[in-house]
This record gives sequence, structure tokens and C-alpha cells, in this order.
Amino acid sequence: MRAATLEIGFVPLVDAAPLVVAHEMGFAAEEGIALEFRRAPSWSSARDALSFGQVAAAHMLAPVPVAMALGLGGGGAAIDAVSVLSVNGTVVGVSTALADRMRDAGHEFDFTDAHAAGRALIAAAPEPLRIGVPFPFSMHAELVFYWLSALGRPSPQSLSIRTVPPPLMADAIRAGEIDAFCVGEPWGSKAVEGGVGELLLPGCAIWASAPEKVLAMRRDWAEAEPDLSGRLIRAVWRAGRWLDTADGRSLAAELLSRRAYLDIAPDLIERALTGRLIRAPSGQSQTAPRFVAFHEGGANFPWRSQAAWIGGQLAARTGLDRRRAVGAASSVFRSDLYRAALKQTAADLPAASSRVEGALGVDSSVAGVRGQTTLWRNAFFDGGTFDPAL
Amino acid sequence: MLDPLTIVVVEPDPERARLIVDALTDATDYRVHVIAERAALARQIVQRKPDLVLIDVADPSRDVIEELTLASGPLDRPVALFVDRSDEGLSTAAIEAGLSAYVVDGLTPARVKPVLDAAIARFRLMQRMRAELAETKRALEERKVIDRAKGLLMRARGIPEDEAYALLRRTAMDQGRRVADVAEALVTAAGLLG
Repeated sequence: MRAATLEIGFVPLVDAAPLVVAHEMGFAAEEGIALEFRRAPSWSSARDALSFGQVAAAHMLAPVPVAMALGLGGGGAAIDAVSVLSVNGTVVGVSTALADRMRDAGHEFDFTDAHAAGRALIAAAPEPLRIGVPFPFSMHAELVFYWLSALGRPSPQSLSIRTVPPPLMADAIRAGEIDAFCVGEPWGSKAVEGGVGELLLPGCAIWASAPEKVLAMRRDWAEAEPDLSGRLIRAVWRAGRWLDTADGRSLAAELLSRRAYLDIAPDLIERALTGRLIRAPSGQSQTAPRFVAFHEGGANFPWRSQAAWIGGQLAARTGLDRRRAVGAASSVFRSDLYRAALKQTAADLPAASSRVEGALGVDSSVAGVRGQTTLWRNAFFDGGTFDPAL
Repeated sequence: MLDPLTIVVVEPDPERARLIVDALTDATDYRVHVIAERAALARQIVQRKPDLVLIDVADPSRDVIEELTLASGPLDRPVALFVDRSDEGLSTAAIEAGLSAYVVDGLTPARVKPVLDAAIARFRLMQRMRAELAETKRALEERKVIDRAKGLLMRARGIPEDEAYALLRRTAMDQGRRVADVAEALVTAAGLLG
């Protein structure tokens, strides 16, 4: 039997790993599908290639399908998130000049305390503080907004979040166009390698379990092709499970470094995959536990409440009606399609599809479809919680 | 009489920019600005108050323009990726031609269509030219590798050129591979063996 070929859009980042591994390690072939990759030069082109039907599925920033459901950006067919590809994986960094000022003022760059890091940043930064993010609708932008707003620097008067394509981020810092950045790997490490920036915090210090990238599909396609979309969800789920083993991580760095994917040295990719980051051009290293997760702790489940949180945040800064935004957002994270696809596997699925985001202060065992399932802590740095029902 | 449309073309390559501007000005009366420098792109675009922004799909700077689609963005009128609801094909044709167009909200399809038609035709042409150039380059590279492989065989086996090529071709046919791939493997192996 000839395998059905699915075209897949991706942006060359470390967290495209589950899709690459699904293909390279044969998880797609086991499901009787073949993946053909289309590398996208920008998030908007990845989104448009998907919504205008050039690819069947894509590696996508979690907030993009939510933004589209709110009428922000994009013009083609509606897109849904059918699973979460990765949790966490971003870094906040500052220019070397700003890092020096923060150090002079006594900041210790400990990588864990988002309160201290945020206060030190605000105290040392110019007004307005200019932060580069890869895309207006990204977890990077949402984390920065949440973090600095909670510390009393409200946008947009004193905080300017600007879109800077990651390949141009180092240039933007060097040219003094931005003071800080929040990006996915390998771009944070590249800024360090280029000698223009220092890492301040991993994204997980702001939100312990932030849905970063999703597997996105056109809603009409996912619903019309439950068999094909289900095979892809399962192949990617197995790839994520493999990626969260020790051997998987180091082999994945080799796979991703190939020319067809990221085309950069494997050791730069391995930093993110192992969570052992080089923090500053001086070579000082720092470990970030749970820097990025592809499977563990319930990482792949597309919680409706995660989408609702993103919708609420987007509404707050674009002036949309909050209640309506939260409702529209919840419908694009398809926990129903995810459950249907994984029913026949050994996957531990939670019994609920929505939860209070930020409520798990520690890793917790919760009611699953077959007994108990373990979920990682998902606390926000300030202890805030978000209940989509309120 | 309506004001002429203001169009911003984001294109760092001067030759390509000229081709696009020519296609637009042939079509009718527009005010066209070319932005070649990517630094502070959002600000540069806003300053020109465009009705329409055209940019190559492959340009990573495209994501910067997305920022202008936010309602709270710096433009008075939010821009959106062009979708003509009466003519779904136009957006798809643009994307397939490698063109992204951002259109200010409220502009009528009748005014946008001729601009996009002209731009799409020109982008298709440029896409063909680019594909042909890439193909020519590839063929040239392969020619070079095959020549080197022939040279290696001639020296190693003391055979004339036509026999060396025949050997490459036979091997390729036996293995169900392309002559260029067999030649490439031979050159790589020879390099490794020193």
C-alpha cells in the first residue's frame, strides 16, 4: 500500500523537533503516512500556506489560531490546534549593555526568579523598554506582557513590544533598536554566540507550563479527514514521547542540524534540548530544568483553558470584548479531536478538557480517562490563576 | 476623481523592485514607494500611509508588517491580508505567485484588483526567472561534478573520457540512480580516501 503524503509547514526552530522526528524516526511511516516538509521563512507565510491550502498541517505558534478566531491577522480558512507540540522553550535576553547595568545594580542572573529579574530589568531599562518578539501573536509576546504588567509596567506607554524576525534580532540589538528580546531557540543562543546579548530568564520562569507550539490544521480539513489527521496526531505524539527520553534528545540535535531542517551546528541545538544553556558571551553556563518539553507532564494535551487564557490576554491588549474572546478562543484548541485520535493508544488522557490555568503549584496526579495521570506544575511566577469559567 | 492609490513595495533587491514598480505603473496611476532597508520597517511603512503593501512571501520581514494588522497598531486603519470574498482565487493566486499583499481596511475590491492582477503577473514571471536560474546553476554544478568524476576514473583506470562516462552511466543505470548522484558519491569517496 502506498503511504498518503501530507505536506507539512515548519519554521526552522528547535521546537519543530516532533515533526522532524515523526518523519526521520519512522513514526509517520508506522501510521502509513509520509511527511513532506515545506520550510517557511516567516510565521505569517506558514500560517497563510496552511489556511490557503498549500500544506495539510503546520508547526504553529499557539496564539496564531486563537488570534485568527478573534479576527486578528490572516485571511484564509479557520485553523485549529489539534495537539500541543511543545511546552516552554523560549528565552528572555537583554543587550550586553543592559546586562552590565543590571549586574552593576546587583542582579545575580539566577535564571529562576522572575520577580527579581523583572524588577532589575525595569530599574535598569530606558523608558519605554523596547522588547523584540518574533510575532505579534506569539507566546513570547504574551509572556512578556504578562510578566512586566504584573510587575507594574503597563503597556503601551512604558513598554514597547516590537516584532523582529529572529534572524534579524541580533542586528536589531546591535543597532540599538531594542533593549531586550524574547525568542525561541536557537535564536537566544545565537545572540549569545554573536556577543550581543545575555540570557536573563527561560520562559518557564514566567509560566511553568506555557503551550508554545501547536500542531495546526484547517478546521474543515481536520473534520473532513479524521483518519488522516488522526494518523498525524498519533505519529507526532509518539515522536514527542521519544523526544523526552535522554537518547532521543541527543539524536534529535543531530537530525535537526541537517541542511533540510535548521542547518546549524548540533551543539547549539543541544543547548536547548538538554536545558544546559550558555548564558552570556563570557561562556558562563546555566541549567534550566524543563526548558522545553515535548511529552512529559501532559505536555501535548490541547487544554481549552490554555486557548482561553491566550484569548483573554489578546482581548485585553487589543480592546476586544473579553468574554466573547475567551469563548471564541476555547473552540480552537481541539481536545475532542486529540482524544479521538489517541483513544486507541496507551496515552494517559486527563478526564477534563478545561482547568484553572496556573492552579498547579506542584506536579499533580489528576483524574484521567483510565485512572490517574500526572500533570506538571503550571503556576505563573506571581501566583496568578485564570479560570475560563469566570 | 479618487486620489491615486499609495502602494509600498518592500524589496531589498533594486532590480526586482524596478520590475515590480514598472508592472504597477504600466497598469495605471499609482504613487509607488519602494522600501529596501529593513531596519525600522514598521515605522517606514506607517510614514508613507499606504493603501496597499506588497512584499515577497519569502521575505522574513513580512512578520513585521503583521504588527500593523493589530487594531491598536500605529496605522489609523488596520491592514489585513487581502481576501476578496467575491473572488477567492485572487488571494490564492497571489500566494502561489509568491506575493503577499496587505490592504487597508475599507478599500473596494474594484480598486485593489487591477493592482493585484498586475503584481501577481509580475511575481509569476520573477518566480519563473528564479526557478530557471536555480535550474541552470544546478545543471552547471552537476556538470562540474561529473567532469571531476570522469577525471578520477580516467586516472585511476587509465581509460579514455568516453569510457569513463559510459562507466558512470552504466553504474547509475544498474543502481537506479542519476549519473550526477553516482558522480557525487565517487568524488566524495575520493576526497575521503585522499
